[in-house]
Amino acid sequence: MSVLEIKDLHVSVETDQGTKQILRGVDLTINEGEIHAIMGPNGSGKSTLAYTIAGHPKYHVDSGSILLDGAEVLTMTVDERARAGLFLAMQYPVEIPGVTVTNFLRTAKTAIDGEAPAIRTWIKDVRESMVRLRMDKSFAERNVNEGFSGGEKKRNEILQLELLKPKFAVLDETDSGLDVDALKIVSEGVNRAKENTGLGLLLITHYTRILRYIKPDFVHVFVDGRIAEQGGPELADRLEDEGYDRFLAETPVG
Amino acid sequence: MSAASTSTAPDAATSSEALPTAQQHGIKEHSDGRFGFVPVQTRSARFKSFDVADFPAVTGREAVWKLSPVAKFTDLTAGELDGAVYDFASTPHADVDVTWVDRTDARIGGAGAPEERAAANAWSTFEKALAITVTGEEAKEITLTRSALGSAPRAAHTVIEAKPFSQAVVILQNTGDARISENVEIIVGESANLTVVTVQEWNADAVQLANHFASIGRDARLKHVVVSLGGGIVRVNPSVHLAGQGSDTELFGLYFADAGQHLEQQVYVNHDAPNSRSRVTYKGALQGAGARTVWIGDVLIGNTAPGTDSYEQNRNLVLTEGTRADSIPNLEIETGDILGAGHASATGRFDDEQLFYLQSRGIGEIEARRLVVRGFLSEIVQHIGSPALEERLQGAIEDELRGTEGN
Repeated sequence: MSVLEIKDLHVSVETDQGTKQILRGVDLTINEGEIHAIMGPNGSGKSTLAYTIAGHPKYHVDSGSILLDGAEVLTMTVDERARAGLFLAMQYPVEIPGVTVTNFLRTAKTAIDGEAPAIRTWIKDVRESMVRLRMDKSFAERNVNEGFSGGEKKRNEILQLELLKPKFAVLDETDSGLDVDALKIVSEGVNRAKENTGLGLLLITHYTRILRYIKPDFVHVFVDGRIAEQGGPELADRLEDEGYDRFLAETPVG
Repeated sequence: MSAASTSTAPDAATSSEALPTAQQHGIKEHSDGRFGFVPVQTRSARFKSFDVADFPAVTGREAVWKLSPVAKFTDLTAGELDGAVYDFASTPHADVDVTWVDRTDARIGGAGAPEERAAANAWSTFEKALAITVTGEEAKEITLTRSALGSAPRAAHTVIEAKPFSQAVVILQNTGDARISENVEIIVGESANLTVVTVQEWNADAVQLANHFASIGRDARLKHVVVSLGGGIVRVNPSVHLAGQGSDTELFGLYFADAGQHLEQQVYVNHDAPNSRSRVTYKGALQGAGARTVWIGDVLIGNTAPGTDSYEQNRNLVLTEGTRADSIPNLEIETGDILGAGHASATGRFDDEQLFYLQSRGIGEIEARRLVVRGFLSEIVQHIGSPALEERLQGAIEDELRGTEGN
């Protein structure tokens, strides 16, 4: 069984005002098949954790480690991490002009698997996933994310999650900006991917809304760059009622 | 990278008898020799002549030459050129006549006139013009290939005429050695639909200075595509006169400059009739030390051109250190009654966020870069309208990209 371990992770970024420490010792273990929700107020470091796992060059790891089945992820390049089985569904997916969704998906699948997918089953898989995510088939010939609405971009992320079949996926505020119909469609896609592949999920969200559709096994509250509290799904319900004020009041000002 | 725009200038500076004399303190001519020089402000007012003797020697300070390595082709601007006919190959078609015609052919000089010395030198020297005459309303494609021009300085003149209501794609394919200054006249008759694609895949030390002059008739359409991949110095300057009401032009350019290559295009669109439309889209990639590209896009919307719809853009993707891309859009508008006029220019390195996105899906860095560049340039390739040529050029771009990996 696969396991993703984050150990005492400290991360900083360079800003105009100098180096800013964002993550201050994060410990988290996710087993295959588990859904972990990370919740927290704005600026608490949730997205930093997501991008650090994926290897975005903007984030500097000062100390700590991320292990995927015992192998150090932090020394891998961005594409090596993806090939090792990590996936990040981005909050703001970028546009790639001139590269069609079809071409992009096939290139990514080939890179992840180390060989080109069998054409007939691949085309069928792509088509079926798109139908289930209510994506018009014209998407296949459009350029990646170019001119997509916010909801279409998120569905395109989940399409990739379903087709690339990672061991662990980080969903960075996948729920933000979605209306309730789109949220249901996207959540169904995530649940389907989990049923089919048994992947582990790290669900990063500001709101409890998506947790009505994707049931977490564990909930972690992120405050000021570390986990302030953790528990089961009932913690999400409590946050729904109380908000983050309880945690913010404990944070020293300045 | 630079960008500039000009608007219509007031009348040229007035002179008066009462002006101070040259002896007066402070009015002595500057040593740069520009004293009293009044630059031509409107694009259509530039000096034109068919005769090389009417142009002074090229200094490199002229507006048309200031971004070009003029010292490297003085043979073409000041030397004697071979104006004799040359060998070419063309794919036959019953409705496309390809033949050499005399200088007295009525079409010669019908689409434009030289604005600089190399073009006038070629015009003064060519013995016969190669005339491509398109008739017939059905879609068709012909390719004219020049591969044996040789490395001696040469002049050439080409006339491409699309008769009224005719339709064709004419591909000018250029390979091998060349040191050539040439003029290409494109005459698009009423309601004709012509595509002219000029592909430069010269040998590495070739020099080509080409001026294309197009005149577009009423309700006619010209698609013009410049693809410059190979050659040492390649300058292809299309100048399009939207002369007829409802005339339409789309000008595309794709260039890929490697180390030491100079690829230049000065585009001029003259809106001179009501309800005319133009779109200019040039995209380039640069890689390797000394790779240099120049794009100047002039659009003039005259007071004869109400209802004009115009947009020009240039995008450059810088792949390595040590390259230089000049991008200069100019827009002159002499009438307020237009549908639209816009310009855009951007020159930049890879978008790191695009690379991150592709790599986060398992795609290696080299493949990711290749996808981004291919995507960037394929927008132009997709517009050519010749499936066979499009496929071949995609392959040629792949070859150029493989060159990047060796760096």
